[in-house]
Amino acid sequence: MFESLSDRLQDVFDQLGRKGKLTEDDVNTALREVRMALLEADVNLKVAKDFIGRVKERAIGAEVQKSLKPSQQVIKIVNEELVETLGEPGRLNLSGPTPRVIMLVGLQGSGKTTTAAKLALMLRRDGRRPWLVAGDTYRPAAVDQLVTLAKQLDIPYHEEGTSAPPPDICTRGVQAAKDANATVVILDTAGRLQIDDDMMSELEAIRDLTQPAEILLIADAMTGQEAVRIAEGFNERVGLTGLILTKVDGDARGGAAISMRAVTGVPIKYMGMGEKVDALELFHPDRLASRILGMGDMLTLIERAESEFDEREAEKLQRKLMKNQFTLEDFLDQLHKVRRMGSIGQILDMLPGMGRLRQQVNIDNEQAQQQLKKVEAIIYSMTPAERRNPKLLNASRKRRVAVGSGTSVQEVNALLKQFREMQRLMRMLGKGQMPRIPGMFR
Amino acid sequence: MFGATEIDDDTWEDIEALLVQADVGVPTTMSLLDRMRSRVRSEGITRQEQLIEALKEELRGLLIEPTPLNLSGRELSVVLVAGVNGSGKTTSIGKMAYRMRLNNRKVILAAGDTFRAAAIDQLKLWGERAGVPVIAGQPNSDPAAVVYDAVNAAHARHAEVLIVDTAGRLHSNFNLMAELVKVRDVLRKVVPDAPHETLLVLDGTTGQNALSQAKKFQEAIDITGVVVTKLDSTAKGGMLFAIQRELGLPVHYIGIGETMYDLVFFNPTAFVDSLFENGNGESA
Repeated sequence: MFESLSDRLQDVFDQLGRKGKLTEDDVNTALREVRMALLEADVNLKVAKDFIGRVKERAIGAEVQKSLKPSQQVIKIVNEELVETLGEPGRLNLSGPTPRVIMLVGLQGSGKTTTAAKLALMLRRDGRRPWLVAGDTYRPAAVDQLVTLAKQLDIPYHEEGTSAPPPDICTRGVQAAKDANATVVILDTAGRLQIDDDMMSELEAIRDLTQPAEILLIADAMTGQEAVRIAEGFNERVGLTGLILTKVDGDARGGAAISMRAVTGVPIKYMGMGEKVDALELFHPDRLASRILGMGDMLTLIERAESEFDEREAEKLQRKLMKNQFTLEDFLDQLHKVRRMGSIGQILDMLPGMGRLRQQVNIDNEQAQQQLKKVEAIIYSMTPAERRNPKLLNASRKRRVAVGSGTSVQEVNALLKQFREMQRLMRMLGKGQMPRIPGMFR
Repeated sequence: MFGATEIDDDTWEDIEALLVQADVGVPTTMSLLDRMRSRVRSEGITRQEQLIEALKEELRGLLIEPTPLNLSGRELSVVLVAGVNGSGKTTSIGKMAYRMRLNNRKVILAAGDTFRAAAIDQLKLWGERAGVPVIAGQPNSDPAAVVYDAVNAAHARHAEVLIVDTAGRLHSNFNLMAELVKVRDVLRKVVPDAPHETLLVLDGTTGQNALSQAKKFQEAIDITGVVVTKLDSTAKGGMLFAIQRELGLPVHYIGIGETMYDLVFFNPTAFVDSLFENGNGESA
């Protein structure tokens, strides 16, 4: 877990203890921290250097706004510059004669085939008629992988096994798609290193034969300093029109995105956010910027929360709470929803300013998850009647629940106590009283 | 001139740049620079060449001497292979199986990645290439069940080594990591002391996230060693220093290409030297 940039800058400025205008010394000290944060996020060294230069120009002499601390002022400038560097999210260029060809390129294991399927699904949902072409004849079973995904999603495809050279397969694939009135053709190509001359020539041949409207580099968000060379290499040989960042659902800071964007100048178009075929999201520069700076990803958290808790359900829940009908079943349901949003650690990571707190409390993810699992097991071991009316639970029933859930009677009691406390709070809230939350004012 | 030194601010900046650009990471780079500065003072180092040699020594000191895989002295040895998506697990398994078969070991593979489309076919093709049998279940079936079947098959066929492929998973995904723990636990139940080796496959082009990957997989399933892939690229794989220093995990193999022969033993000295070479194998 990295210390967030805002925490670090706050420390720096606490030591300096200055206010008002930012002096060159203030800025230099702060920018050393910014540089470290960028390098820890895998931003390329040279790209970081240029970036710092631009921030410095903007920061020196900048009037500190009344509402902001000097550290916040620097963060604001850094963040703005970062969002600017990451650029506007790019849309796919889908105008012109059909079918439009989208060619996917990248290193081995960057996620081209998965992304091809995700793109096809997204395009079909937008009312297009996509085709997939299996152009990776090198990796064992790569063709099968694309065909399996295409069948799963019911998207037409063209494949010739590994019997022909990829440029020929791609050319015939585009023709087949055209004959079938497809509007977009997505070419999956084999993973390759940008320094592999023969393999790069093959990409040039595919490009020249199929005239793609889009050539997208599929890049792993966890890539390190190498990102610059990868992006430069592919851009020089085949000319990229955009980037798709994959595996963004992990905990990488994603500094590679800035590096690749900076050296190619092409927009980042989408982000792969998981293994499900619909886990492809539009690129949000502001979110990635705060993530690179270790400042949390509040917006993603809010969106995930929204997708789990819909409004009507929330209202229903509130009524239940007011009427004191909140049962252990509802409690379990809430727990599940929170769990689906991610692990406790993931949720904390998305909250701005939680970096420091997380270090202090040293939340053990696994322990927290184990705890949730225990609660789940205990509630599942109760009969439906007991879940609705925990008062039924006498000593012998509690023993049964404890045995059934692999816990102890003490743990069952602890859960029931917690639940009663919660009900009590809810009741008071319902009556408009200010509840006294235990442990809050000690 | 007496006391003249070739080592100035630029030298230090160059070294910092070299290390950071090799993905060594900020904390390791900073501690190396501190160490080198004190060595320059105490040993009176004045020439850049001496400095580079001393730095290589320090880097070499961070790496663990690779040990052979612990795969003999019992009826059946089990290797569990894990890693994030696209790191090169299946390819590395194919190459390892080929190596072992060349050494006259009786190897069997378990297609434990039942999730990704065609992952089973991919391992089967590698099995054919390497000339070793592959035990597989249906796509989307329980990987723990496949592993269980594979152990039975290994016993029946008197195999000496069973290598278990698993689906790629991000270390931050709680549910998928729990599934991996389950696979490991099934192995433990059916073979005493298994898995005997638990290998993490790391993509050599990964940056600082590699440490986070190694830590999380380590916590979940007690990694015993590492395989680093894609080192035929211009990436330097410098994140290995932090991983070895913090977690003490040996690197067994590195992947350097797509053919069956492109898996070689990790050589710490050569690895350190490669940090100082540019893409053409020349000294930088």
